[in-house]
Amino acid sequence: MTQSQTPAGFTPGTRPGEVPLLEVKDLQVEFRTKAGVAKAINGLNFSLHAGETLAILGESGSGKSVTAQTIMGILDMPPGKIAGGEIRYRGEDLLSMDEESRRKLRGVKIAMIFQDALSSLNPVLPVGWQIAEMFRVHRGLKRKEAKVKAVEMMQRVGIPGAEERAGDFPHQFSGGMRQRIMIAMAIALDPDVLIADEPTTALDVTVQAQVMRLLKDLQTEFNMGLILITHDLGVVADVADKIAVMYSGRVMEAADVYEIYGRPGHPYTQGLLNSIPRIDDEGGRLRAISGLPPSLTDMPPGCPFNPRCEFATDRCRTERPELRPVAEGHLSACHYAEDVYAGTATRTRRPSPTGAGMIDVSEEAPQ
Amino acid sequence: MSEIHRPEARVEPIDSTIEPAGEPAKNKKVEEASLLADAWRSLRRNPWFIISAVLLVLFLSMAIFPQLFTNNDPRECLLGRSRQSPSAEHWFGTDVQGCDYYSRVIYGARNSIAVGFIVAIGTFIIAVLLGLVAGYFGSWVDAVISRFTDMVFAVPYILGALVFLNVLESRGVREVAFVLIIFMWPTMTRLMRGSVISVVNSEFVLAARALGAGPITIMRRHILPNSLGPVIGYATVFTGIIIGAEATLTFLGVGLQLPAISWGLQLSDAQPFLQTVPHLLLFPVIFVGLTVFAFMTMGDAIRDALDPKSKK
Repeated sequence: MTQSQTPAGFTPGTRPGEVPLLEVKDLQVEFRTKAGVAKAINGLNFSLHAGETLAILGESGSGKSVTAQTIMGILDMPPGKIAGGEIRYRGEDLLSMDEESRRKLRGVKIAMIFQDALSSLNPVLPVGWQIAEMFRVHRGLKRKEAKVKAVEMMQRVGIPGAEERAGDFPHQFSGGMRQRIMIAMAIALDPDVLIADEPTTALDVTVQAQVMRLLKDLQTEFNMGLILITHDLGVVADVADKIAVMYSGRVMEAADVYEIYGRPGHPYTQGLLNSIPRIDDEGGRLRAISGLPPSLTDMPPGCPFNPRCEFATDRCRTERPELRPVAEGHLSACHYAEDVYAGTATRTRRPSPTGAGMIDVSEEAPQ
Repeated sequence: MSEIHRPEARVEPIDSTIEPAGEPAKNKKVEEASLLADAWRSLRRNPWFIISAVLLVLFLSMAIFPQLFTNNDPRECLLGRSRQSPSAEHWFGTDVQGCDYYSRVIYGARNSIAVGFIVAIGTFIIAVLLGLVAGYFGSWVDAVISRFTDMVFAVPYILGALVFLNVLESRGVREVAFVLIIFMWPTMTRLMRGSVISVVNSEFVLAARALGAGPITIMRRHILPNSLGPVIGYATVFTGIIIGAEATLTFLGVGLQLPAISWGLQLSDAQPFLQTVPHLLLFPVIFVGLTVFAFMTMGDAIRDALDPKSKK
């Protein structure tokens, strides 16, 4: 089973001999809270190569943002604690580095953009100034040169009239334009890895598509590794190369984008895909996954998804499934991954008609 | 019919650059929108700001160029005209020593306002430094600074000043200001600390960290400019409080000493004659009152203007 945890077999088409740009191995992050120790991330594994887009998909509280903050090293450490694992950037372990050398990587080699661009930009400084600051702090450019560079970056991310708008303040821009400015800041120093934490959640749909397109274009242009954190299945489909589905701080399923959407190998992924509302079954019920994600302070034994799973058996309630290959380049953390993948898994339970949890199929009441 | 709904539109690549807006030249002269420009715009419309600004300009010019307001020498005293009532020649009458009271009150502005400014600036510097460090670093740094602040805060300034100033042989503006700074900095420091804490956890500070800004850059560029607003407002109010405090200390006999000219000294000298020549008390009281009022109103107006939450 340990072999299954190695990320080498993660994705089809990854260059096996090459050291990945970013590699996360068995990462564990905890939060000390009053209610006990909340295990936000329990043994997370993935790797990212140059030019690749990895989408980390999961619902709220699944540990997506904590993953991003841990990689960046901006996790608030008194409540948070890294309980184990490694994060390797080009083979070098980031977690054993001192703060100063990590800081030098931030923004230069690994950059991040946030969900809400308005609150992520300093309200009292002009945006051009804030972009120029990147060049001044990290590259030591003079004010004038940095200003010119900043305007160039603003033009590159598609801000009309960049020269005039460089002196404007964040609140004078629309949501999409603000996110473009955030992106301009993040890619200003040509980083190798860009982490985008729900970059389009605060935007409306038409602008979402533009921003995603921009990210994709920039990724190709700079050959960056892009980690796209999102809960929006629609956003991912267009842009991602491979997808890791997270649940309760673990990767439940990882595969390339066609596999995940075409033949999911985990009941949770199946549930997520089924819950996308369809235009063609108007009037029908929405097929939500019943129940809620487990509390991080009180994890169920066995598979974390078992209380909500339609296929759960006694084995799922006692034994924790490890991430293992079901098909080439397709990993799933489910005891019945093969059956789910093939579509032959036996349904043991179904959502209770009262909406409260699951009931056994045998007790089935008339529909 | 279904042709219209074919998903073709989605397959087409969506252009990541949107067409440039065709009106960059038109809105070239848009109004400045920085925090300061914004604050200035709302201040200009605030009648209280106008009133206090006019008063402050008046008192400041009194302090800097008293000659503009009077041709009389405040130190030219003739005992023969002691305690005269206001007249055309001596607008505010004369004091016990027979000096022209109007020119003495005018000249008194300098020392009072000087103490106010020196103490406000000194306190401001201490408060900003300590508040920034305590609020940014938190944990034990914050604990040490905050508890020390509380200790000083517990000492009433009058008590502290009485003890300290009584020991000093000669007391001028410098000594009084120094002692006032020592006992008056805690309030503003607490304000600054609170203001910093409310900014430290904001998303743009996290974003700045994620893009590799060090602690100094974050404090200077991100936290300081976003947390100064309330402190600047309070510092202005504080100047007024200090002018009152200086008058109090001088009145109690531990502030400035003769032959200095100050409103506090005038109040102190006028005390025995309250019933016979009340104008000796009245005029300096009006001047102290108006100065304190002007600073406080100005401070309130500035604080409101710099507070983004109070905007409509």
